[in-house]
Order: sequence, then structure tokens, then C-alpha cells
Amino acid sequence: MINNRDIFSTIEMIEQQHLDIRTVTMGISLLSCADENILRACEKIYDKISREASNLVSTCEDIETEFGIPIVNKRISVTPISLVASASKSDDYVKFAQILDRAAKNCGVNFIGGYSALVQKGMTISDEKLIRSISQALASTDIVCSSVNVGSTRAGINMDAVKLLGNVITETAKLTADRDAIGCAKLVVFCNAVEDNPFMAGAFHGSGEAEKVINVGVSGPGVVYNALQNCKDKKLDEISEIIKKTAFRITRMGQLVASEASKKLNVPFGIVDLSLAPTPAIGDSVARILEAMGLETCGTHGTTAALALLNDAVKKGGIMASSSVGGLSGAFIPVSEDEGMIAAAMKGTLNIDKLEAMTCVCSVGLDMIAIPGDTPPETISAIIADEAAIGMVNNKTTAVRVLPAPNKNTGDKIKLGGLLGEAPVMPVHKESSSEFIKHGGRIPAPLQSLRN
Amino acid sequence: MNAIVTVVGKDRVGIIAAVCNTLAKLNINVLDISQTIIQGNFTMVMAVDISEANVKFLEIKNALSNLGDEMKLSIRIQREEIFDTMHVI
Repeated sequence: MINNRDIFSTIEMIEQQHLDIRTVTMGISLLSCADENILRACEKIYDKISREASNLVSTCEDIETEFGIPIVNKRISVTPISLVASASKSDDYVKFAQILDRAAKNCGVNFIGGYSALVQKGMTISDEKLIRSISQALASTDIVCSSVNVGSTRAGINMDAVKLLGNVITETAKLTADRDAIGCAKLVVFCNAVEDNPFMAGAFHGSGEAEKVINVGVSGPGVVYNALQNCKDKKLDEISEIIKKTAFRITRMGQLVASEASKKLNVPFGIVDLSLAPTPAIGDSVARILEAMGLETCGTHGTTAALALLNDAVKKGGIMASSSVGGLSGAFIPVSEDEGMIAAAMKGTLNIDKLEAMTCVCSVGLDMIAIPGDTPPETISAIIADEAAIGMVNNKTTAVRVLPAPNKNTGDKIKLGGLLGEAPVMPVHKESSSEFIKHGGRIPAPLQSLRN
Repeated sequence: MNAIVTVVGKDRVGIIAAVCNTLAKLNINVLDISQTIIQGNFTMVMAVDISEANVKFLEIKNALSNLGDEMKLSIRIQREEIFDTMHVI
């Protein structure tokens, strides 16, 4: 029989330290739904999603009951819609977003991702139509998420797309101004996007994936934070060991849930994403873990080093716990979704420049950051370009999900609710980047040798 | 299929009897019991076999949690694999 102490430690992790499965995401290929006639294509999409994911939510609820572990979100990711829609002669791509919204609501899931385009090297006609429709699509749906990949280590950065997306983000904020720019929380711009990411807003079902697949993302900042209490006298390598052991346990649970969901749904298991995903709840924050390592406030000098240690230890601990690891895998630093990050930003210690530095060593990028509503689109494009450059040069995934807060300025706050939390508006540099962004074209792919 | 029942709360007469009685009614066999009192707090861990149970898992869980409410105890049931997976390589 299992040791009683272990049993109660698991129960304590779940009930007091917010241990949960953040998401079970079912990836579904929609390539078979392409059709010249947009109405016919939409019908096929609705039927396929409803058929494949009809039992997803009830199965996850059974797993929650049997294991006593919450599965916070149930989600669907689909083939990037720009690929599915390219056969269609219509210009009205918003219809695709609306049908995804209806199908996902019919299945009872929390989000559906894949209103996406991959344009790192260039845009097809369909890609461009999709990107230009994003703001309208996000304003007229509730649970559809969108992503665009604008760069990669092999292709460089598509600066025409970067330029366009600055405008798309500004427009999305305007169209959802009555809801604190919530549309922007459902749009992420990537460099080196991955095809099996279970997390939103960036999940899509890549074209290299199977017909359908189950991917799982775990969450456990509270458990790591708890394990690091009383670590004041320990050396950093000892702290790394503690994090590794904790990450191992968290990920093993993710693997168990993934295997069980895969078996019950008769859908192949894809990956477990080794993640530390925070929530706005007290005690479930990545920032507080960094502070537990001895930093007065997250964002002060030493934060990047502490985060590098944390991120590396999470991966090392998790890698042995799962038969297949993928997705974004790392500690997330979404400002509005992390109680400690919010506090550090309010204090002024954490700013966008420091967050940008932090994204060099962790997953995934400038995430859930509110910026002043009057930020010029070119500045947003420049923020995207900076972040994409970090990803491109360092061979890692980076992303930008910023919310230009309508009619608000530095020091104000936006409230998004639920897991999306609330965000203090953070200042951006006032000096213009517009001449740089106006150039357009491409930033060539970097050298893979002479790496300094 | 095995599951772990955990019972925590203030000690009183008849806790084990009541839990076992509820499990027996659902045709659940008790495989192992370990129980201690820590500063007046009753703590029990039971390994049970639910493969012959006459109701679904959710109903077992509800029956035990209702009993817990009646007796002012916290009673949980979870499949054994979650503990195995997290603590045993």
C-alpha cells in the first residue's frame, strides 16, 4: 500500500496548493473540410468538430471525479483556418470563426484555437484574408482564439505581416473596447510556433499532426512555491533539485490524465506540455516563486537568472515523467494571469523591458500585457518584431499578446475576468519606431554558426 | 480497480463502522485500513476494490461525501493510480 504521507501530500497539493490540470486539448484536423462553397465548408467543419469532440467534456469530467483532480479547461484546437479556407472563393472569413464558435459551444468546451495563419516566409491570398479578418472575427465570437506565426529561425521574420498585425491588434482593441479589449486576449503573434501546443490563445492543430490527438497542459506554480518555503539557507543547485522533483510529480499526473483521456476517448495521446501556468489566485503565481528564491520583488535585478533556473529545472524534472513532451514547455509569465506579476507591475518594478529580457529564458513571451490605448500600431509592430527576433535568434518559441487598453493610460487597470485576470496598464516607450516598421520586407534568417 | 478512501475529522464513536457500512451497501470490498489519531484528529486511509461495485464512481463519491457531511468529516475517494503515479517511479 502507498505511504499515507504521500497520499495526504497529494491531497494537500490539489486542495491547498492549486495543483490542477490546466487543459486537456483535443486537436482535430479540418483539412478534409475544405470546399469551394463556404457554406458547405462551414457545414463540414461544424459536423466534424461536433462528431469528434462530443464526448470530450463529459470524459474529462469523469476523469476529474475518479482522480479527484480538477481539469480547469477543456479545449479544441483545429488546423489553421487559412489552410482550410484557401479552397473557398469567399472573402467572408468571419463565417469560419463564427462556425468554430458555434461548434465549440455545442461541445461545451472553454476555448477553440486555430483561427490561424503561418506566414513566417510569406502570405498566401488566404493567409492575408484571414489576418485582415481577425479583428472582426474576434469581436463577433466568444471563445475562438487566433494566432499568427510571423517568424522562424529557418525563415526569418516576415515584417510585412508584423506591420499588418500592429494594425490588427489596434483594430481588435477598438472593436472590443466595451469589454476592455478582450479580443486582444484571444490573439497571439508567434515566432517559431509549435504545432502541438495545448495552451490558448496559441493552440492550433499543425498540418504535421494526425487526424486527431489529445494534448495536455499541467499547472502547478503553487506546488513549486510551497516546496521552496524555507529554502533560504540552501544553495541554488539544491533549489534546482527541489523544483525538479516537484515538476516530476506534477508532470506524472499530467501524463496519467493524458493517457486516461486518450484511452477513454479512443484518440491517440500527443504530448504533455511541461508548463508552470499561473492563475490570478493567491498562491498560484510564478512571480512569487522567483520571490521565494530571495528577490524582494519580481522584476528586480536577478529575476532573469532566477527564472532561467526555474524554467530549466521544470523541464529537467518533467522530461522523465512523460513519454512524450512537447508544446511550449516552460514557465509562463502572463502578467494579468499572475497575482505576483500584477503586484510587481503595479509597484513599477516589473516593466516591459524586463519582461522582454525574461522571455529570453522562459516560455513564451510578452504575454497578457496591457499597454496604453493610444499606443501607435507601429509601436505594437515593433514590440512584436523585438520579441520575434529573440525567438528567431535563440531558436525558441516567443510570442506577443498585448492589449491596448481603450481610453486608458499608464496606472489604469483593465479587468478581463476568470483565468485572464486583470492587468495594470504598463508604459511603452514614447519614441517612434514607425520609420523602421514602414520598411516592410523580411528580416533574413540568422546564421546557425558563430553563435555569440 | 482499486481506489483510496481518505477520512479526516474529529474522532468519535462509529466512524469506521459507518464508512464500512456505506461501502458494503455499494458492494465495495475493503482491502486494507490504516488509522491513527493525531491530537484528537481522526485520520484513516483505506484501500478498496471497486471493480464489483453496484453503482458508478460518481455515485460512490457522492455517497461517501454525503456520509462525511452527516458525520462532520471529510471523506474522499480517488482512484489509486493518482497516488502511485505521483510518488512511485
